[in-house]
Amino acid sequence: MLEQLRQTCRELLEEKKADVIIGYGQDTEGPGTHPVFITKPEDVAQLVWSDRCFANLTVYLTNKLILATYCRPAVIVKGCDARALVVLEKDSQVNRETMTAIGLACAGVGEPRAAKCAACDVHMPRHTDLVIGEVENAPVAPSPRYAALEEFMMKTPPERLQYWLGELSRCVKCYACRQVCPMCYCERCLADKNRPTCIDTSAHLKGNFAWQITRAFHQAARCVGCDECTRVCPAGIDLRLLNLSLARAAEANFAFRPGLDRDAAPAVGSYSLQDKENFIQ
Amino acid sequence: MSETNVFEPKIIAYVCNWCTYLGADLAGTNRIEYPSNVRIVRLPCTGRIDFNLIVKGFEMGADAILVSGCHPGDCHYTAGNYHARRRWTLFRELLATLGIDLERIHFTWISAAEGKRFAQVITDITEQTRRMGPYEDYRKICEAPQC
Repeated sequence: MLEQLRQTCRELLEEKKADVIIGYGQDTEGPGTHPVFITKPEDVAQLVWSDRCFANLTVYLTNKLILATYCRPAVIVKGCDARALVVLEKDSQVNRETMTAIGLACAGVGEPRAAKCAACDVHMPRHTDLVIGEVENAPVAPSPRYAALEEFMMKTPPERLQYWLGELSRCVKCYACRQVCPMCYCERCLADKNRPTCIDTSAHLKGNFAWQITRAFHQAARCVGCDECTRVCPAGIDLRLLNLSLARAAEANFAFRPGLDRDAAPAVGSYSLQDKENFIQ
Repeated sequence: MSETNVFEPKIIAYVCNWCTYLGADLAGTNRIEYPSNVRIVRLPCTGRIDFNLIVKGFEMGADAILVSGCHPGDCHYTAGNYHARRRWTLFRELLATLGIDLERIHFTWISAAEGKRFAQVITDITEQTRRMGPYEDYRKICEAPQC
């Protein structure tokens, strides 16, 4: 599978169908991987594929530096990353005509497996230009998508607030959750606006709450659940719960899951006359 | 308790320019009395009402927030309120997960002809908030020591 991936990438570069391959490279120490940007056919041997390929590389497709340097990127995506690609295309952030999406069959990442992988139903990437590999011993029926959230919601609202008061007090406002998110592509983030300040910038509960509410809600019905924000959080805050709550609400109310259907209208940005409004007096 | 210590709720109403604001106007011109606890913030359309305003309202010490606009089908911009309705549905879920008290956020449709209803809604919300007391939870967030 790895050989096939390298061969494909070499051909893409040689035939000038791509001018950069955004993929995974092996860390010098340990089993981890990091993003690599391959521009020469002879360098494709740097590409690796393992269950440590966590990063969602679609985030680089909207990166200003990448956009300024390359015009025909090829990106290596897992099933969940491919969903992000569909959303980016829907948001008019990527041009699928000039880019190549190389899908890799993924049985799950991390050891033990990441939380998202238990409920994964996109082991084979969809809507990519090509898919390499097969998922061996494909997992049986995926576990319920919102299990973690449902367990959390068993708590009473004051208990939930207490939990977040503790969690968000550790947030240091490093904005790693924003930088790593493919959906956070705004040229100027609301959190960086200071005339007037919208979100308190100091690492204090007031601004931390406002920031996490903002971050989560800006991805409402767009977050594909790649869980990169949760993985990179240096404070170990379970941001996944916030994303899950919005994903569940979008699925329950609008029967919408982002990134699965290229033709579906996005849940936020469209509407139906039949939308429920039982909370409106 | 001396009279100065009686809790008076602070309520922020984010209303749309074309329906609810005119509803409030009608309440005024009809000399209908409603509690002065409400601070009305006029915005072009419910579709313009950024959820950050709700967060900001609580940060500024609001005890309850009302968001109100045109009835479905009445939007001046055709569909602003439909878009808003979708976003509120999702936003409420997020707040519920965070443990924010949903009893303190109210959503209503009030048309320009419903001056009486506007006064009633404001009275009800004020009474309800007065019973619930100040929103200590969000004060806890805002006044926490630097972490």
